[in-house]
Amino acid sequence: MNFTLTEIPLNYYLALSAILFSIGIVGVLTRRNAIIVFICIEMMLNSVNLTLVAFSAFLGNPAGQILVFFVMAVAAAEAAVGLAIVISIFRNKMTVNIDEINIMKW
Amino acid sequence: MIAVAAVASAVLMVIQKNPIKSVLFMIVNFFCLAVIYLLLHAQFIAIIQILVYAGAIMVLFLFVIMLLNLGDESLLKEKVNFRKTIAYILSGVILLELIVGIILPPNLHPIRQSPDAFKIGTVEAIGATLFQNYLLPFEAVSILLLAAIVGVVVLAKKKFK
Repeated sequence: MNFTLTEIPLNYYLALSAILFSIGIVGVLTRRNAIIVFICIEMMLNSVNLTLVAFSAFLGNPAGQILVFFVMAVAAAEAAVGLAIVISIFRNKMTVNIDEINIMKW
Repeated sequence: MIAVAAVASAVLMVIQKNPIKSVLFMIVNFFCLAVIYLLLHAQFIAIIQILVYAGAIMVLFLFVIMLLNLGDESLLKEKVNFRKTIAYILSGVILLELIVGIILPPNLHPIRQSPDAFKIGTVEAIGATLFQNYLLPFEAVSILLLAAIVGVVVLAKKKFK
C-alpha cells in the first residue's frame, strides 16, 4: 500500500500533541526556574496548536487555523508580561526560584 | 521522524540544567512543529510559527536569561523532594488519559486529510477568513497586544521599594 504523507491518520498527530503536552506538564511541575516554567507553558500552548491545526486540516475547516493565529498572539503577550514580572521580581529578590517567591502567599 | 525529533528536543529541553541550552532545544522543537504544520498543509501557520515563536518569543527569552545572568540551576535548591514524584505521577496519569481518549474511539477520525486542506492553509485563504468572519476578534487581539505593551513597560520600569 502506498503510504503517502497525507494519509498519516489524525490519531498520530493527536498522540504527538498529547506527548508534548505531558512533557510540558512535567516541566512546569518539576523545574524550579521561573523562565523554564514559562517555556514549558509555551510548549503546552504549542501542542494545543498542533491539535487545532490537525483537526483543521482533517475537517477542511479554516476556523482552527484562525484560532491558532489568536493563540499565538495571546502567547506573545503572555510571554512579554510574564518576563517583565520575572525581571521585576528578580530586581527585588535576586532570585528566579519559584519556591522562594511567596509574596502572593498569605 | 519529525515527531521523534520534536519529542526528543522537548525532553532534552525539560531535563537541561542550563536555561540557555533549554531555550535552544525549544527552538529546535518549534522548527519540528513548523515542519509538521507544513505536512498538514498549513503554510501560513508554519511561517508564523518560525517568525513569531522561534524569531520573536525565543529571542525575548534568551534576552531575559542573559539580562538576569542566570547560571546553573543547581544553585536553586530543592525544598521538597517528594513533590517531584507526585508531579511525575500526575503528568503520567494525564498522558495516559489523553492517549486512551485518542485510541478508544477507533472510527471517530477520518484517515485522510480533507481535500480542502490544500486550499485553507494559504495566506490568501487565511486572510480572507480572518477579515471577513473574524474581524472583531482580530481587532480585540490588537487591543490586547497594545495593553500588553503598556503593561510590560510599566512593570519593567517601576522601582519597588
